[in-house]
Amino acid sequence: MDTVVLLLITGLGLGALYFLVASGLSLIYGLMGVLNFAHGSFLTISAFLGWEVGRRVSDGTWTGLALSAVVGIVVGAVVAALTELLIIRRLYERHIEQALVTVGIALASVALFEGIWGTDPIYTERPAWLTETTEILGARIPNDRFLLIACAGLVLGGIVLFLRRTRYGLIIRAGVENRHMVTALGIDVRRSFTLVFAIGGAAAGLGGVLASVYYGYVSAHLGSVLLIFAFIVTVIGGLGSLTGAAIASVLVAVLQQFANYYLGGTGDLVVVVALAAVLLVRPRGLMGKAA
Amino acid sequence: MNRRTLALVAGGVALVVALALLPLLALDVPGVLPGPTYTPGTLQLLAFAMLIAALALSYRMMFGLAGLLSFGHALFFAAGAYGLGMILELLAPAEWPSELVFLVAILATLVFGLVLAATVGALALRVTGISFAMVTLAFAQAGSVLIRRNAATTGGDEGLPLDITHVPDGLVGVLNTRNLYWMALGILVAVYLVVLWVERSRAGHVAEAVRENELRVRVIGLRPYDVKLLVFIVASVLAAVAGMGYLLLQSGAAPRVATADFTLTLLVIVVLGGVGARWGAIVGGIVYTLLDQRLTALAGSDAIAALPDVLRVPLSEPLFILGTLFVLVVLFLPGGIAGIPKRIATGTRQDPVEPKEATDA
Repeated sequence: MDTVVLLLITGLGLGALYFLVASGLSLIYGLMGVLNFAHGSFLTISAFLGWEVGRRVSDGTWTGLALSAVVGIVVGAVVAALTELLIIRRLYERHIEQALVTVGIALASVALFEGIWGTDPIYTERPAWLTETTEILGARIPNDRFLLIACAGLVLGGIVLFLRRTRYGLIIRAGVENRHMVTALGIDVRRSFTLVFAIGGAAAGLGGVLASVYYGYVSAHLGSVLLIFAFIVTVIGGLGSLTGAAIASVLVAVLQQFANYYLGGTGDLVVVVALAAVLLVRPRGLMGKAA
Repeated sequence: MNRRTLALVAGGVALVVALALLPLLALDVPGVLPGPTYTPGTLQLLAFAMLIAALALSYRMMFGLAGLLSFGHALFFAAGAYGLGMILELLAPAEWPSELVFLVAILATLVFGLVLAATVGALALRVTGISFAMVTLAFAQAGSVLIRRNAATTGGDEGLPLDITHVPDGLVGVLNTRNLYWMALGILVAVYLVVLWVERSRAGHVAEAVRENELRVRVIGLRPYDVKLLVFIVASVLAAVAGMGYLLLQSGAAPRVATADFTLTLLVIVVLGGVGARWGAIVGGIVYTLLDQRLTALAGSDAIAALPDVLRVPLSEPLFILGTLFVLVVLFLPGGIAGIPKRIATGTRQDPVEPKEATDA
């Protein structure tokens, strides 16, 4: 029993991390049809800059971590918005090329990060509480999982509120539904493209800082590893669906944890098989729009 | 056959002959090649570039001709390399003549590649567009994980060394690099001819039509699925052939060739060279490999080490330069390298042949 609880909660923690990356991917794809390969780079740059600022102010304390998180969010949002404004906007409505450009950005940026911060992972200091465990129903859960789950919950709530309650949220939801109609009604939908990129980048930035807490290190490949799983999550959940991404994140991560424990470390493989199965049975994903 | 095609064929034959003669000459191209053309180091690099070009050519057939954006092409290249390596290792104790074992191993790898391609293709082609890309990515990812996990049979992260018990002597050792070079050239020419044959066939025309408008092809009464599967299988088997060449050339296989990053590199090569033309993929493959190698050499040079950090760090990362170059090509040079002549001739921007986004994903 305690093993099951442990696996469930750690799975939920990992799922929280996947969700922070996948939420942006899903929104961007839903609104603009861009498969954003550069999303992992937004995460990595935020993780690095967050860590750089955090360790200069106060290493291994809550203040330092909070500051890292703020820096990560801002950096992620700014970098993502700039990418959209300077590069992706020029290729408006040419989806394949937009995806190709993000591939190029991803390759170049990972190489640049390696050049600046080296190829080896850099181990980070964390507040003491995060390295301890808490006992729930006999299972000893690492505390950082709770932080991850809480943050992802806040982000999910925040994005849902934004989409439901604000004017821009309304435009974005309408844009996902039918972009041409929104344009026809005289609304400049491109401004919301930048906004969606910024929101996705901010979530990924927070994800980057939290990933460095979760793994205990920052490295140039932090983003690329998470990105592949985030893609899988996005596709399983249904491209463009935020709720789908949330549900799929948890499902994928929990499945991964269970397979890793009970099936001898085959978590990655099981996730891939799950993706293939979902796509073949239900090509639009769990919550995706019908074609 | 009119005059123009005749001239093209003659030019192609002359080019192949010239390339085949390279190992016997002492041409030196400073800055592009690491040494004179008869040296093993240069031949090795050129042979590698040609294998990558052959692989890019097979990828272009899928992406450029049939409009199938696959993120799993590396899987079949790895299947060729690892398949041949593992079968040779398995057959090492066999008592048959070496030539026979070598031939059997190659045939077995081809059959393995064919079966794998047919299975993956049959499943993945049930969906289209982005979903297709994701399913192929998933299969490639699974392959990559399997290779890294099963260290006992594949060598894991260390890579799989080539078991030379039954490999013909002419293909082993630094001194025989020129034989390997000729082998790579042979593979490139063979792949080119097969690709040409498929593109000129009726199936190739249907594949092109499917790329432009799948619905119309269906309305005419043709089945896009069969044609796409055929193109997928042919391209994958060609990739496996290039993979076998890679194993022999490098005397081993590294797990890097099974990763999604490797497929992304292929995509970069094909777009860099130009999706619109077959020779674009070849030029792209050769330019990319040479650039990668030379930029790595440049990164280690004293001239770079003397620069201030702001310039030194980006310049010492070949992938950063290649990635930036790629972004610039996509932004400002649609059509890639192969599109340049036409652009100069017509003076207009020419858009590459780009697959229409599938609507039923």
